[in-house]
Amino acid sequence: MQSLLRFLGSTVGAKFLMALTGVLLALFVVGHLSGNFLLYKGQDAMNDYAEMLQGLGPALWIVRLGLLAVFATHIYYGIRLKRRNAAARPVNYAHEDTIQASFASRSMILTGLVVLAFVAMHLAHFTLGWLDAEAYDLKQTVQRDGQPFERHDVFGMVVAGFHNDVFVILYAFAMVVLGLHLSHGLHSLFQTLGFRHPAYTPWIERIGRGLAWVLAVGFLSIPLAVRFGFIAAAGGGDAG
Amino acid sequence: MSQGNMRLKLHIWRQKGASAPGAMKTYEVTANEHMSFLEMLDVLNQELIEKGEEPVAFDHDCREGICGSCNMVINGHPHGPQRGTTACQLHMRTFKDGDEIFVEPWRARAFPIIKDLVVDRTAFDRIIASGGYVSVNSGSAPDANEILIGRDDAEEAFEYAACIGCGACVAACKNASAMLFTAAKFAHLEKLPQGQVESDRRAVEMVMQHDAEGFGACTNQYECEAACPKEISVTSIAMLNRAYRRAALSSKS
Ligand code: HEM
Ligand code: FES
Repeated sequence: MQSLLRFLGSTVGAKFLMALTGVLLALFVVGHLSGNFLLYKGQDAMNDYAEMLQGLGPALWIVRLGLLAVFATHIYYGIRLKRRNAAARPVNYAHEDTIQASFASRSMILTGLVVLAFVAMHLAHFTLGWLDAEAYDLKQTVQRDGQPFERHDVFGMVVAGFHNDVFVILYAFAMVVLGLHLSHGLHSLFQTLGFRHPAYTPWIERIGRGLAWVLAVGFLSIPLAVRFGFIAAAGGGDAG
Repeated sequence: MSQGNMRLKLHIWRQKGASAPGAMKTYEVTANEHMSFLEMLDVLNQELIEKGEEPVAFDHDCREGICGSCNMVINGHPHGPQRGTTACQLHMRTFKDGDEIFVEPWRARAFPIIKDLVVDRTAFDRIIASGGYVSVNSGSAPDANEILIGRDDAEEAFEYAACIGCGACVAACKNASAMLFTAAKFAHLEKLPQGQVESDRRAVEMVMQHDAEGFGACTNQYECEAACPKEISVTSIAMLNRAYRRAALSSKS
């Protein structure tokens, strides 16, 4: 136990935890995007999926709490590392220069905090319905056992939500920032976990960066597709 | 102006002592392209002495790139703009007439300034003392090649052992982390059979000492590798990350 605490208190151990929680968060991001792509399939597909998730009941809550713990750990250690690193250089150079460190790698704490702010807004928007109650309350009526059945209309909520340009811009901005965070994070984590190889590492870096931007563009495509009418409420097609 | 001479404007960090306040001061000097960077500073210092001013204090010893004492950040780059080169081996021909050059000490909490450009790097000594050695019986000399070592491993160990402990990695790192130094000193032993015996303890103790000295954490930006005058690879850091994880998590205490 003592050795575990000492490990987590060290710079190398803290970075290890950042990488581990980073991987889990990134897996969530991949899963979340795959779910979101159902929006392209249409209202029924999306709402079926949402209903299935809701139907998981306690299992859903276990996953949510786990995710929250992972997220909180990542943020706690991220801020702690940043503070330690700032304290390690109390006086800056008068003439500061960078040889090769990427912009993304130098702004991890900043991009991380923007993602945090985005997640808070996103939950208030679509999970809790605080920001757009009208869209949140939309219902879809489906036939179930010959009876009309009302369920939460996630598809309608997203479509209505992104008819507000403020949200389109905020989401688009946040996704570019997430892309930056991941464009360093997705390959940096291999080094942290101790994996470096002359033949594989250049590819890990390329694929990591590529994947980061594929994810960012994937998410970003949704508000834009709604805004420009590629995803529209059934029969409506009432874009912007 | 005669052949190869250049007029330079220098901005140099001046600080009388450890607790004295410091500031950048501006000087003008004429240097020749055949001089090394340190020789250019010698010329400046001679002029300062003749004017009755205090010369700029900077560390130097071998002036041939092997002792690791000529430490200064030149225009934001430890040891100056040329890759794989210490400040003493940096030729003035990398600059041109009319250039402005900023010269600053290593900046890290763990490297307190002694005077001007001279910093106290005994933190490195303490990291070595914590585990950067092998314990051997000091009897009669063992036979050569008694322990066989593969060529690739020997080569790699030599590459890490090329570290001259100058501290450029710390100076270049955005987090003032000494991971490249610590990892190089760990890895050159890790690659050899003699180093294996104490590997776990070494990894744990060296990382703990690194942290206790107040160096930052590595964020994998590799500024250290780019600034290292011996071009030591960050592969050593991945090796230390791995060894430390294994050792720290499996330790009995
Ligand atoms: C969807 C959300 C997020 C994902 C997928 C994610 C992913 C990652 C990954 C994979 C790493 C690389 C770890 C390594 O270098 O070994 C990382 C590092 C980091 N993250 Fe996040 N992160 C997220 C959110 C956040 C948030 C909200 C913060 C706010 C504090 C944050 C701050 C950091 C910091 C400071 C680092 C360390 C960077 C470094 O070592 O240079 N991240 N993240
Ligand atoms: S004076 Fe020895 S390395 Fe420069």
